[in-house]
Amino acid sequence: MSAAVTEADQTTSTENTGPREGAFGNAVALACRECSHRVDLGPFYACPECFGPLEIAYEFPAITRAEIEAGPRNIWRYKALLPVPTDIEASPNTEPGFTRLLEAKNLAAELGLARLWVKDDSTNPTNSFKDRVVACALSAARELDAKVFACPSTGNLANAVAAAGARAGIKTVVFIPSNLEQPKQVNSAIFTESLVAVDGNYDDVNKLASEIAGEEEGWAFVNVNVRPYYAEGSKTLGYEIAEQLGWRLPDQIVIPVASGSQLTKVDKAFQELIKLGLVEDKPYRIFGAQAEGCGPVATAFKAGTDAIRPVKPDTIAKSLAIGNPADGIYVLDIARRTGGAVEEVTDDEVRAGIVLLARTEGIFTETAGGTTVAVTRKLVETGQLDPELETVVINTGHGLKTLDAISGQVGAAATIAPTYESFKATGIA
Amino acid sequence: MAVSVRIPTILRTYTGGDSEVSAEGSTLAEVLDDLDARFAGIKGRVVDEDGKLRRFVNVYVGNDDVRFLDDLATPTPEGTQISVIPAVAGGC
Repeated sequence: MSAAVTEADQTTSTENTGPREGAFGNAVALACRECSHRVDLGPFYACPECFGPLEIAYEFPAITRAEIEAGPRNIWRYKALLPVPTDIEASPNTEPGFTRLLEAKNLAAELGLARLWVKDDSTNPTNSFKDRVVACALSAARELDAKVFACPSTGNLANAVAAAGARAGIKTVVFIPSNLEQPKQVNSAIFTESLVAVDGNYDDVNKLASEIAGEEEGWAFVNVNVRPYYAEGSKTLGYEIAEQLGWRLPDQIVIPVASGSQLTKVDKAFQELIKLGLVEDKPYRIFGAQAEGCGPVATAFKAGTDAIRPVKPDTIAKSLAIGNPADGIYVLDIARRTGGAVEEVTDDEVRAGIVLLARTEGIFTETAGGTTVAVTRKLVETGQLDPELETVVINTGHGLKTLDAISGQVGAAATIAPTYESFKATGIA
Repeated sequence: MAVSVRIPTILRTYTGGDSEVSAEGSTLAEVLDDLDARFAGIKGRVVDEDGKLRRFVNVYVGNDDVRFLDDLATPTPEGTQISVIPAVAGGC
């Protein structure tokens, strides 16, 4: 099938005038990750030949560290490496990224690691890494002349989309499961008047989003028809980690896995930095973190198979609860290629991971981050992670997003009368 | 058994642009064969050379993903709504 037929078939855009010159920066095409079939840049996400995921293909010019360092302290410092126009900074967005990379000496000592850093994305504008991917999706939506910016989500993504849409002044519609906790609904509804509650679970909401994306003109669903552009935003995590380590790659990195997209994009970022000569080519190991209540990739890794069996999720780590992960097969490839692994932990271990990071480093992480910390501990204990090598873990979001998962775990150490004697009796002094 | 099949945008070149078509068959496999008889080549987009559902396509019979039912052997009673949807995912 020709690219022209594909465009006519998948497009959601308007008068077929096509995007402006340079709309997607150094991106040149969309290429199928499965069969390498190429289509022109546009609002397409599935290969017309095999349904495989379409990825952005680039032709990068020479890029120097100095050029990047001269850029703004957000993801647009890497705009030459993203599918965005050179004038992206002129368009209102949430300007996420360049979050802190904290050396975590207390946590390292607790886990028995020589050197450990936490890449802390809880400080993004809506307190999760989703601001990165949504910023790239918003740019694509603008360039494709979309009239509506939308997503299906249970939390972080909805917050990020609604906030970015508000900044951009574009109509934003967010679809959520109707049984979503009220605080999470408020977190998104505060930014948009078009929060739609769907009677069903997240899979039902996701399916509905795919159907609407296929029927409605001019809608950009961030993780459906502009997904190739959206997913590229996660590369900036990899770029920043390398730059903040002094333009070098970490020896080991532990990343949470839901669909697997973020992990694959961090690997893509490291590979691009090597190819562009911005970092030294050296071995690095990538580890994936899942919760046992939704660990199809970890199960396949341990079984030594490529066959990922979909599961019905049952875990407190709801942002990782994707039972049929689209990028799971690529996570397996990367973990095996780099000498890493994909490991899983129980919900109790997830909660313990949240408390451990908070008590050792003063970082309150969401359940996905608790999963990553707990998996890191397990990887050390089982000898899969080398304690002598430098390690980075990614904290994807803030614990205030998932208070319900942890609120029963912590609280007052004592309730006392307002007297000094009562306080002394507690033994806390 | 007459059923209704929702066609994703990237397969509508086969159906002349129709987003919904009717088909016959008592299982998903029979429904796909019936579709292929009328829209030559469409089955090969959904099923691979080994006769298995392609990894990046989700097929729903009613509201259920057939991977959690009987895959291609999933029964398709009279009046069933079938949806073919490219696999996408949110999350990390």
